[in-house]
Amino acid sequence: MTPSTLHDVRFIEPEKTRNYLNEDYGVFSWLLTKDHKRIGILYLLSVTLLFFVGGFFAFMLRLELLTPEGDLLTSDTYNKFFTLHGIVMIFFFLIPAIPAALGNFILPLMLGAKDLAFPKINLLSWYIYMTGAIFGIYVIVTGGVDTGWTFYTPFSTQYSNTHVFATTLGAFITGFSSILTGLNFIVTIHRMRAPGLTWFRLPLFVWSMYATSLVMLLATPVLAITLFLLMLERTLGVGIFDPALGGDPVLYQHLFWFYSHPAVYIMILPAMAVISECVAAFTRKKIFGYKFVAFASLAIAFLGFLVWAHHMFVAGISVYSAMIFSFLTMLVAVPSAIKVFNWTATMYRASVSWQTPMLYVMGFIGLFTIGGVTGLFLGAMGVDVHVHDSYFVVAHFHYIMVGGTVMGYLAGIHYWWPKITGRMYPEWWARLSALLIFVGFNLTFFPQFLVGYVGMPRRYHAYAPEFQVLNVLSTAGATVLAAGYILPMFYLFWSLWYGRKAGSNPWGAVGLEWATSSPPPKENFHVTPVVTWDAYDYPAFLKAMRETQNV
Amino acid sequence: MRSDFPLFPEQASTVAPYVDALYLFLVGITGLVSLLIWIAVFYFAIKYRRRPENELAEEIEPPQMLEIAWTVIPAIIFVGIFVAGAWVYFHINRVPDDALDIYATGRQWMWKFQHPSGQREINTLHVPVNRPIRITMASEDVIHSLWFPVFRVKADVLPNRYRTMWFEATKTGRFHIFCAEYCGTQHSGMIGWVEVMEPTAYQRWLAGGAEGSLASQGEKLFQKYACHTCHTNEATGRGPILAGLYGKQIQLTNNSRVLADDNYLRESILNPQAKIAAGFQPIMPTFQGQVNEEELIKLLAYIRSMPAAAPVVAPPTASAGPAATQNKGTVQ
Ligand code: HEC
Ligand SMILES: [Cu+2]
Ligand SMILES: [Cu+2]
Repeated sequence: MTPSTLHDVRFIEPEKTRNYLNEDYGVFSWLLTKDHKRIGILYLLSVTLLFFVGGFFAFMLRLELLTPEGDLLTSDTYNKFFTLHGIVMIFFFLIPAIPAALGNFILPLMLGAKDLAFPKINLLSWYIYMTGAIFGIYVIVTGGVDTGWTFYTPFSTQYSNTHVFATTLGAFITGFSSILTGLNFIVTIHRMRAPGLTWFRLPLFVWSMYATSLVMLLATPVLAITLFLLMLERTLGVGIFDPALGGDPVLYQHLFWFYSHPAVYIMILPAMAVISECVAAFTRKKIFGYKFVAFASLAIAFLGFLVWAHHMFVAGISVYSAMIFSFLTMLVAVPSAIKVFNWTATMYRASVSWQTPMLYVMGFIGLFTIGGVTGLFLGAMGVDVHVHDSYFVVAHFHYIMVGGTVMGYLAGIHYWWPKITGRMYPEWWARLSALLIFVGFNLTFFPQFLVGYVGMPRRYHAYAPEFQVLNVLSTAGATVLAAGYILPMFYLFWSLWYGRKAGSNPWGAVGLEWATSSPPPKENFHVTPVVTWDAYDYPAFLKAMRETQNV
Repeated sequence: MRSDFPLFPEQASTVAPYVDALYLFLVGITGLVSLLIWIAVFYFAIKYRRRPENELAEEIEPPQMLEIAWTVIPAIIFVGIFVAGAWVYFHINRVPDDALDIYATGRQWMWKFQHPSGQREINTLHVPVNRPIRITMASEDVIHSLWFPVFRVKADVLPNRYRTMWFEATKTGRFHIFCAEYCGTQHSGMIGWVEVMEPTAYQRWLAGGAEGSLASQGEKLFQKYACHTCHTNEATGRGPILAGLYGKQIQLTNNSRVLADDNYLRESILNPQAKIAAGFQPIMPTFQGQVNEEELIKLLAYIRSMPAAAPVVAPPTASAGPAATQNKGTVQ
């Protein structure tokens, strides 16, 4: 049959029953796999587990903050919980989540490749990640750590008597897994593209992943160095940050943010990558301003390296250097704005579907916009002096990291779920959970902007009574949010057995990952694809599929 | 639960209106842009919703001008925000010349304040209204951050050097002081109150018992730590003459020069080997670990109070603050 619409597109599937999931069975077929898809699944399971660990801490924090007094947890426990929440969420969830789980699975498929360039290194990176995570879990069960995820000196080097060493070692080790993933992606994107898949035919997902990988590769070593120096100082008393030994604690902050600001982009660029794909798929349209969006990713990656000291406007840097960093911070906002405008414009005269991934896209655009513009508040130095280290900042980065990255992650999970598992998730349940997450999220974090501006500092175990009402709202929101996150665990699991069979292209989307069976065979494609169409070019894709299926 | 809950902090300093104006301006402009984006998203999502299921969108060639417009216009707005932010920041950092000096020491987990006339208080700070106040501060242990939300100012307090911040209160009353930089177990307990008083009330408060001005207390310490054995008032002393030193350029043995400001004095006492004054031997012992932050503030007040010309030590005055030459206009 010749396909007349996208839904009829069926790539030739010679052995429909054989796929990467039923190719082999047994624990070792997973633990020793070199298949990027299986490694993607390993990552998916591990980051999901750690997401719920981090989420547990967050929920306990919110419960504590229901009342102004520090009554539920002791101060030390509270401090450990917000530290662990930050560390687990950032190092073990947000950074690897989209690139290592979804990216691993999808990137080679999008490129029409059989695997990543270095399959063994890919597996190694998962083991390195797990080693780091085991340090993290060891720290959690043996008493925790209380430095904040930022490990500021001299508190972390001389004053904290918790497991700083094991924690930083864990973060240090995990860093290498993202370096290896970045390296693997870069080489793969350069070397493994299918015939005809030129740079400007690449899906924007790939551009964004490429930019992410560059940042991973270039910034993460600085984190490794910084944490290494910190460990040296803590164990051997080498005076780098310790003022008593002639060191400078502010130097630590420079080094730390030199990594950790770019790390923000390691976390958000992949979400933008997913959003671009979903916008195209659920509007059935070419992304408006493809090249602008592609180059915006690279611009973000580049400028992201030049703004670190905007975290330090009140930390004791000179007025003039603060000015330079503030100016550059304003510039880095431009490419993000470009992306938002282009995604929105793509919806103009499109065919907009209201399926779950698109709901997440709309949520992402809404929340990321708030997160982004409040970043301008923080970049404007005069306002930052007041709101720095207040709940305003907490709200801002949760709008980016949760409203942005987690929304993007969930959009991606739902979008590629049929490809990964071969089954459809139940649409109405998924819509319900997307709605819960959107409402719960705003209720949790919007009040924090207000309470921050009024004067509530972050990382406070007990707070002034006049902040309570807003905190109660926030905790109420967190409860709804938690429900929204737990729901997918059930229906996605359910769908593995009872979900409708997906078929190769359930969305009628373009892109090579939809031109193979679901789940894909071990080697991804039955026939190596030849690309003759531009990214998201629906008519051309359709035509190409027709021709393939006519032969 | 309290029924009154503020959604906006009180404005109680001269800079607060500027910060708030900028903040509200940002709320307005970014709120407007965000609103337009949301409306567009919703409108398109409804107007162009997919029907029938296998519908394909029509392809439109995006006009290049539009891309350029939404790159350039935001960039201009963002740079405008930068300029406004920088202007307010300068304002926040430019210490007026006639500021009254107060010294703050952060330590796990309390704020200690010292007034030039010798008063010392913990977690409470008395200041007069309508008078610029400059706070010179350091930490005894980890990094803290002194925040006065109603004044809209905050600065990190570092263990290795002095930093200054200033404000001029415009309202009398009792307002929060918070530590904003996480500093360990009782971080959220490192809080206090600033009592802004009418100048007469403040004078009355100052009159209440102190063991002499900071400078005179410093003079006692100068004897106690035997500084005077080397730092005499004669050129023949083993150490340099300290009278008149403050605010001067000092020639060092390595031929460079430094400004003798608070941070230089601090370093000279805690880490004397770091910079050696020309013509002297590096014999001064370190007082790190002996002289605590509060004593240091007193010693500095005493050194600052030594007049340049007079050979004998003059009675210290209450207004002995860092001279106006000290890195004015910047947070150090
Ligand atoms: C053993 C003698 C000795 C003692 C005791 C001593 N100093 Fe010094 N001090 C010196 C010498 C010599 C120098 C110049 C060399 C240098 O810069 O280290 C100096 C330098 C200084 C300077 C820098 C002056 C400049 O011109 O650069 C200051 C300030 C100072 N001392 C303060 C003190 C204080 C306060 C004490 C007591 C707590 C003290 N000193 C105790 C010998 C001493
Ligand atoms: Cu940053
Ligand atoms: Cu603190």
